[in-house]
Amino acid sequence: MVKLTIDGKEVKVPAGTTILAAAKSAGISIPTLCFHGRLDPIGSCRMCVVEIEGCAHPMAACTTPVVEGISVTTNSERLQRIRKDSLKLILVNHPLDCPICDKGGECLLQDLVYEFGIDRVEYQTPKPERSSQYATPLIRYWPDRCIMCLRCVTACREIKGIGAIDIKGAGYGSQVVVIDEDKCQSCGECLQVCPTGALTENLSRYKGRPWLVKRVPTTCTYCGCGCQLELNVEQNRVMAVTTKEGKGVNRGSLCVKGRFGYEFINSEERLTKPLIKKDGEFREASWDDALSLVAEKFKSIKEESGPDAIAGLSSARCTNEENYLFQKFMRAVIGTNNVDHCARL
Amino acid sequence: MTNPIMDVLRAETILVTGTNTTENHPIFANYIKEAVLKRGAKLLVVDPRRIDLVDYADLWLQPKPGTDVAWINGLMHIIIKEGWQAADHVAECTVGYEEFAKNLEKYTPEYVAEITGIATGDLYRAAKMYGQARPASILYAMGITQHTSGTDNVKCLGNLAMLCGNIGVRGGGVNPLRGQNNVQGACDLGALPNVFTGYQKVADQEVREKFAKAWGLESLSEVPGLKVTEMFPAVEEGKVRGMYIMGENPMVSDPDLHHIEEALKKLDFLVVQDIFLTETAQLADVVLPGVSFAEKDGTFTNSERKVQRVRKAVEPVGEAREDSWIICQLAAAMGYQMNYADARAIMEEIRKVTPSYGGISYERLEKKALAWPCPDEDHPGTPVLHVGQYACGKGVFFAIDYRPPAETPDDEYPFILSTGRVLQHFHTGTMTRKGSGLTRLYPELLAEIHPADAEKLGVGEGDFINITSRRGSIKVKAWLTERPQPGVVFVPFHFSEAAVNLLTNPALCPDAKIPEYKVCAVKVEKAS
Repeated sequence: MVKLTIDGKEVKVPAGTTILAAAKSAGISIPTLCFHGRLDPIGSCRMCVVEIEGCAHPMAACTTPVVEGISVTTNSERLQRIRKDSLKLILVNHPLDCPICDKGGECLLQDLVYEFGIDRVEYQTPKPERSSQYATPLIRYWPDRCIMCLRCVTACREIKGIGAIDIKGAGYGSQVVVIDEDKCQSCGECLQVCPTGALTENLSRYKGRPWLVKRVPTTCTYCGCGCQLELNVEQNRVMAVTTKEGKGVNRGSLCVKGRFGYEFINSEERLTKPLIKKDGEFREASWDDALSLVAEKFKSIKEESGPDAIAGLSSARCTNEENYLFQKFMRAVIGTNNVDHCARL
Repeated sequence: MTNPIMDVLRAETILVTGTNTTENHPIFANYIKEAVLKRGAKLLVVDPRRIDLVDYADLWLQPKPGTDVAWINGLMHIIIKEGWQAADHVAECTVGYEEFAKNLEKYTPEYVAEITGIATGDLYRAAKMYGQARPASILYAMGITQHTSGTDNVKCLGNLAMLCGNIGVRGGGVNPLRGQNNVQGACDLGALPNVFTGYQKVADQEVREKFAKAWGLESLSEVPGLKVTEMFPAVEEGKVRGMYIMGENPMVSDPDLHHIEEALKKLDFLVVQDIFLTETAQLADVVLPGVSFAEKDGTFTNSERKVQRVRKAVEPVGEAREDSWIICQLAAAMGYQMNYADARAIMEEIRKVTPSYGGISYERLEKKALAWPCPDEDHPGTPVLHVGQYACGKGVFFAIDYRPPAETPDDEYPFILSTGRVLQHFHTGTMTRKGSGLTRLYPELLAEIHPADAEKLGVGEGDFINITSRRGSIKVKAWLTERPQPGVVFVPFHFSEAAVNLLTNPALCPDAKIPEYKVCAVKVEKAS
């Protein structure tokens, strides 16, 4: 264990811990922007600078490991000035178009600008105006909003193990590009980790403001990984799927189906009424009529041919509770063990 | 799975076989890649297809489809010969070793190479990679199970893990990746013909009495029921006259669709409960509108046996109703009362009759997902099975011999057809093909065919081909790719307009009654 002092508080952490993690363990919060809990430290934004006694220059807390006996200061006038300047430099490359940004209201950059009370940016640079563009059929890239924090590039490489995107160009012309189109799966990991609105999804663009959306935590409906996600609901419609960092077996990550495969919920093709077939044609029916017909038919088959003349298929799509009720229905009400589902298919 | 998903991060070697993980379990694949790229794990891929994980593998073996017993036995032959097995574990914790080891003697690398096409040197390297690693994890999916030898394949992987002491340890295990959100839960909750909840046997009188009492009945049927793949033949024989299908689409998902269609049409009465008018629902007499996962409360049990909450986010569309409501109404209409205030009340009943779910309450699930067995409120759940001792006492070795698939290529049908999924779509496409997003990425069905085969057939990229088996024919666009090996075509089954299950062989594994989706004989011709 390594002993050090942070803001006068004695802290003990294992060797190799960063100053940022050490501070966090002691309940001391340092502002960050490019840092992401699941990624190796990137060290691109300079927001987490701290002073170390005896060091002339401030150091980035996210990339600096602890050393025995050091004394760290996380907040001072000088640090605040540096952080404020760093933010202003970032804002040179980021328009304050928050009113029309899908990320407005849950943007890390917006939060920091608010916290540091920046109301003007003195610096200006000549730079080409660039419009938003499709990064993939499902993801839109806004180069003017991109602060080159590298979270997206790092997440694609580290979390997905793919490395389909990278920074191209230099200076004010640099932007994130897909370097290998065959590898990019549109999983949206990049937009999930983007701290600003530089990456947004195309399916739900301009559909709802984050603070008006209800987020309901649930479990994904696709494969058996059981990823934890949040259905974003507005006016009784699911209009996006998001995750919470570190949550569930997926630790905030999703695949393309989990993130973008929600449209079926609100599909126009959903069945909305019971249907009874008459002369080869389906007709809409009331629940009472449909249920009585089913009950009557099952009863008569059971009477004529015995309960084993009826079979039921339950569903791996449905919940545990529904599967329990279905097999109970087949066994207790119909009286047969002819119940199975598609585990084999 | 015996072990949690994230356990692969602790494995020294990961054996991936019969699972195209990056496409079918993408989040699991994240961790396999992390184990390899960040933690130095070795990755051994054994798969007839050149799946994407091959890019991350230290070694890839490409057996002919349907030869799994041979290569797994071959690995164990080498491991025993080299003395890499966990002798203490085998002696203390298992039975049946003698006969099993004797049976392996004939699986020499040369004999295995003859059957599988795997070079003897590669087999040796693979045996070393798995045999010398502790712990080593085995991951598999339908590429192992969907064979007439499916149960044998799984038992062989169990043998391999036991032989090397990789059972009951973190980072090890035998881990079947479940392909659907709640296929684990559907099995756990008794949607199987031979067991009630928690795998309590229908044939066991005490169990039957317990359930009869809990459900307020005199008695329950002791005759194990029909498995899904037995139901449709039973319809054709006139033994089954009525069916109730909830949230399943056999008209796309089941083998040999012509026969499925005949059977469904022959039924005196078919009721289908679904969220869409699926291909199966179109054949129904009555269709009942259920709701999606977003419109209901409940739980799913994932591949790790972990029970997790599902929460209602939106109100049902139109007059659609929760499936639980529909089942209870139907029971009432037939004169049996099933009344529950909500999903939680149903779970309370499940807990009472299911020892492995006994400690799983909604209160606890609010804080944390729980892996069964979790017998009581104080039990922390069981992320890793068989720790300290096998759940059944001693681990049993099985002596298993290779059997060829039910249908192998011949002069008339010279190709092997394998079916499966793609990343962008899911099962019969009823969900993923309803929106625009995923369809933008994978708009139409593509049959994967090796460029060498395509050249022989005069087929170019994007040309249409006819694929014909003894049971049917479909016309599909060709994708020239080296993912399948020469002589094999791979076709996803999500697309009902060119349903590959018109072609598949309904031959079943005698134990699991799973169809042989990974191997049937077909001919391939350029379409006019």
